[in-house]
Amino acid sequence: MVLHARHLKIKRFNPEKDTKPWWGEYDVEVQPTDRVLDALHEVKWHHDGSLTLRRSCAHGICGSDAMRINGHNALACKVLVKEYKGTITIEPLLGFKVLKDLIVDMDPFFAKYRSVMPYFVNDEAPPERERLQLPEQRDRFDDTTKCILCAACTTSCPVFWSDTEYVGPAAIVQAHRFIFDSRDQGKEQRLEILNEKSGVWKCRTIFNCTEACPRGIEVTRAIGEVKQELLLRRF
Amino acid sequence: MMRTARQRPPTGSFQVMSWLFMRVTGLLLLVIAVFHMFWMHFIIGVEKIDFNTIVSRWTGPHGAFWRLFDVMLLTFAFTHGINGATNVADDYITSRGWRVVTRTALWILWFALVMMGLWIIYTFRPDMPTPFK
Repeated sequence: MVLHARHLKIKRFNPEKDTKPWWGEYDVEVQPTDRVLDALHEVKWHHDGSLTLRRSCAHGICGSDAMRINGHNALACKVLVKEYKGTITIEPLLGFKVLKDLIVDMDPFFAKYRSVMPYFVNDEAPPERERLQLPEQRDRFDDTTKCILCAACTTSCPVFWSDTEYVGPAAIVQAHRFIFDSRDQGKEQRLEILNEKSGVWKCRTIFNCTEACPRGIEVTRAIGEVKQELLLRRF
Repeated sequence: MMRTARQRPPTGSFQVMSWLFMRVTGLLLLVIAVFHMFWMHFIIGVEKIDFNTIVSRWTGPHGAFWRLFDVMLLTFAFTHGINGATNVADDYITSRGWRVVTRTALWILWFALVMMGLWIIYTFRPDMPTPFK
């Protein structure tokens, strides 16, 4: 096992002690094929136990360790240290209140998520077996079913940075998943919500969200499809 | 805070229509602005543009076309410019109050200059009193 020395620069903030954030610098020994999350564990377990971060499954599924790594949002468990040259700079997600170190307050994010009614709406009595759907109908929203609510897209969006009222890419992706589901009946209500001033029209197609998504969802395309749907129902 | 679905009033079509307006006029503006540059630089020639050019343009046989052309050039270009400026203001001004002040000032400027432009384009007569004659 060959270990390499890597330099980490981590934005630290403890509201109980610090008046403003500061940079913590750490030299760790890791394998090139280790994940950035492993390097953070190395810091927390062997250098400074006070470093605070969220992580749960550590396999790119739970979406809890999204952070800003060398200026780009990513899941720390899905990127390897060898993908970065020189110092690896790690910051909390932008646009949310930092609670401590790499942990941000996700409450506003989930409030926006809930605002688009991210659940199946259908008042008809359920059939004896499942509600049937053709493979093509399922494909229509397949891409947006992949979202893990990590907030990497929303917190990479410059429109969201400057206007926290904006519902954000993640909530639109979640709405898209139901708007284009042939079994769902809440489409009109969701479209009304996204037609508000804080909805899809805020999007300026910057594509940061698509680039940031660790699940490879074409977020900007999904937002565009919702815009198109809103436009077409007017004519 | 975001409101839940039940509390929301209907949203109307202002947002969607202004989005569509910007797309359609953006495409038109591309054609109009390129044609304007081509016409003024290559057909007329920049060194020959003076008061008489405008007189013949607005009062000649195609006067109605040119007045409409200039109205579209003015309103589309200025609307896109001011809209861009409000977006820049949104990006850099973090205080809600100053944002409202800046946005309001920009749209008042837009209204005043577009109205001045429309007024001069549609009331223009070659013999009207002017300091430029």
